[in-house]
Amino acid sequence: MPAKKRNSSFFTFINLFPQILQQTLILPALALVLALLISAVLLMITGYDPLTSYSSMWEGVFGSVRVFTEVLLKSTPLILVGTGIAVAFRCGVWNIGGEGQFYAGAVLATWVGVHLSGLPPVLTIAAVFAAGVLGGGFWAVIPGWLKVKLKVNEVVSTIMLNYIMIGLTSFLVTGPMQEAKKLFPQTDEIVQAARLPNILPPTRLNIGFLVAVVTAIIIAIILFRTPLGYAIRTVGQNPETARYAGMKVNQSIIIAMLLSGGAAGLAGAIEVSGLTWRMFATISPGYGFDGIAVALLASNNPLGTILSGFLFGALRASSELMQMNAKIPSVLFKVIQGLTIAFVIAFSLLSRKTADEREAEKSEALTASEI
Amino acid sequence: MEMDKRLQLINISKTFPGGVQANKDVSLDVKRGEIHCLLGENGAGKSTLMSILYGEYHPDSGEIWLNGEKISIPTPKIAIEHGVGMVHQHFMLVPTLSVAENIIMGMKPLASFLWDMKEIEKDIARFAVERGMKINPSALISSLSVGEQQRVEIIKALYRGVDLLILDEPTAVLTPQETHDLFETLHKLAEQDFSIILITHKMNEVMEVADRVSVLRDGRVIGTLPIANVTPAILARMMVGRDVSFNLEKSERAYGEPVLRVQALNLIGDKNRQILKDIALEVCSGEIVGIAGVDGNGQNQLALCITGLMKPTSGHILFDRKEMAGKSPLEFLKTGVGHIPEDRHAMGLVMEDSVADNFMLQRYNDKFFKKLGFLNMTAIMEYAKKLVKFFDVRTNSVKTAAGNLSGGNQQKIIVGREIDRNPKLLVAVQPTRGLDIGATEYIHKQLLQQREKGAALLLISTELEEILALSDRILVMFGGRIVGETSAGRANVDKIGLLMAGMQAEKE
Repeated sequence: MPAKKRNSSFFTFINLFPQILQQTLILPALALVLALLISAVLLMITGYDPLTSYSSMWEGVFGSVRVFTEVLLKSTPLILVGTGIAVAFRCGVWNIGGEGQFYAGAVLATWVGVHLSGLPPVLTIAAVFAAGVLGGGFWAVIPGWLKVKLKVNEVVSTIMLNYIMIGLTSFLVTGPMQEAKKLFPQTDEIVQAARLPNILPPTRLNIGFLVAVVTAIIIAIILFRTPLGYAIRTVGQNPETARYAGMKVNQSIIIAMLLSGGAAGLAGAIEVSGLTWRMFATISPGYGFDGIAVALLASNNPLGTILSGFLFGALRASSELMQMNAKIPSVLFKVIQGLTIAFVIAFSLLSRKTADEREAEKSEALTASEI
Repeated sequence: MEMDKRLQLINISKTFPGGVQANKDVSLDVKRGEIHCLLGENGAGKSTLMSILYGEYHPDSGEIWLNGEKISIPTPKIAIEHGVGMVHQHFMLVPTLSVAENIIMGMKPLASFLWDMKEIEKDIARFAVERGMKINPSALISSLSVGEQQRVEIIKALYRGVDLLILDEPTAVLTPQETHDLFETLHKLAEQDFSIILITHKMNEVMEVADRVSVLRDGRVIGTLPIANVTPAILARMMVGRDVSFNLEKSERAYGEPVLRVQALNLIGDKNRQILKDIALEVCSGEIVGIAGVDGNGQNQLALCITGLMKPTSGHILFDRKEMAGKSPLEFLKTGVGHIPEDRHAMGLVMEDSVADNFMLQRYNDKFFKKLGFLNMTAIMEYAKKLVKFFDVRTNSVKTAAGNLSGGNQQKIIVGREIDRNPKLLVAVQPTRGLDIGATEYIHKQLLQQREKGAALLLISTELEEILALSDRILVMFGGRIVGETSAGRANVDKIGLLMAGMQAEKE
């Protein structure tokens, strides 16, 4: 037999750590470092000083309490959307509709937030959140249902539903839901009781970030520690085996989409009730799409999205500052983001492969030893 | 003498990672202008051998001689350069392109950078007619019948200058008329000095078209004979073998009540093809009923119907006298049906998941594995550890992904899991396919133990020896019907072999 080519001992080393740590921390961190190194070369070629650039980037994240809270605010929707996308991906459904689901949640949450009065803040906020979850969930169940019943490819339908929802929002904020003054294409402000409490005045940081983190943890528990999550993951990995095991494949897909869209919708609700207090046509700078990157970077592990969401939130926030201070085009963050994802995917494959080879060897040795 | 032989394979051996030896010292020669059939059961090594010749696999040892010259064939491209072409069972055509475009795809433009499509179409039409085939070069592939698409594949190979053509199960997808046309074409090609290798497991085709036939079994060539010297009975014996190598202790046992009763079961598939026709069978507790048959005669669909994974078009599936036809797989599981599926990769295991997860596959919602609605990881791990030990699964740990285990150990997970659920009926489909002797023996013992415990077993296998060794009663399936039944004691291997091959038994 030809000698097996050994993978580098580097990944053997990485495999000493538990898989969850690898997925959520080690591999993304490695990928980020490499991405930053390559971007540094790009910066040098284009005539910028990488050190200055990166130090201003650092400043933009950790420079002061205020900028740090801004990063957390930016991370909040990314964590939530990313968590949702991770659930769908784990179930084998390619939900590209995070953007539309975010908008759907935001619209419904705004409507409730504007019209619901007379309730104590706790209940009002709960109602606003519920509206967000319902709106996003509903918008995700549509492509799920189409996939299950009519075998419509969910990539196409979720993308199309993005455009429909974004268009619908533009219509709503210039028509039925436009503010009473009819001046700008936006809704009225939501009632005072619907606004999320601030946790660190004078910054804008509100409880939304905590809600996002808790949601990610809850969804991770559902996914990895409940029968429902087991069914969702099995359906995603091998639908035939899932059917064989008596699982309800279609039902699992619908529930996964409900969770997926629900999380994105909740992000929309938090954006409205925590920051903007009203709805307008361009409320999302693409959180729904960045959420896909967040999920991928975290190997579709909801716990990992907390970190990867923070990372992309930080890149986004700091690149804006970088553009102002160091005159570096803020699209650099897209380059870093893309490179990081490419590396993390390559790394996970390599580390998985190394782990598999070791396990297979060990198991093979066991088989051989007792014959 | 040597010039007469176009191709010579000498002592070709091939072992796949995982230990399956697909070819063992295979030697074979093909003459000019000869139609040479490779006959054998599924898994006999025919396709592997031809893939080696076509450069898709590399032999571990052995020589390939073509036109008196020793060559090596690292890729299909080199194979074609040497004049070896292959038509796969699944066509490699682009449905949205024309016949001519498909034929020239991947070839270099003859004179200039631009193709002159009209000229090429004319050339292809002329080329085809010269070789006795008719085709419209400007037609879209998607508008052609399956038989015509196959003709395009043949022309595609010949147009590249191939003079040795391999056809892998070419009639599997054809209607009888198309089959007839194909054979006529092949005869014409042979007259023009082309050599043809035809892979098949149908004996009547061999008798109809071949000049010589080589029978493969278990990766070896059992014999190569001119067609004049063989009869279907001889071929059948060569194909299925006679020597029953399994020696299993089997107690005499009186059967209990029927557990499974199938009545008038029909299944109609795509394009109105009748896959199962009027199936009736009964399996009693404490009994192993074996279903013998060549792959693809409806046995797998029968298993899927009996386990609820496929809905029969009509008929009854009675389980303990309860009608189950049309019920969901979950309900079948709940009534005590265990299922060792045909393909453990496609169904039965989640390769990426841990051994522990795979052991609780159908029971993920059991009280036993839950605590306050959450999965009880301790219970799952303990259960897996118990089963790993009991069923002798050789794994590094219960957290190892199932895909990292050897085939035999993967199968032990499935068998162990199904047995531990204490099924009243266990449907075992190809339970030992691709396993080594040790694992095979182990699994056979487990199945017999279930019989002792009073379970009803339905064993579906293409390996006649396995059926003979385990079954109390044997049914033979061909073309979606049950064409014969015999008790194990009086089983006649030759007769079963003939039934499996679609030759009707004489009325007794």
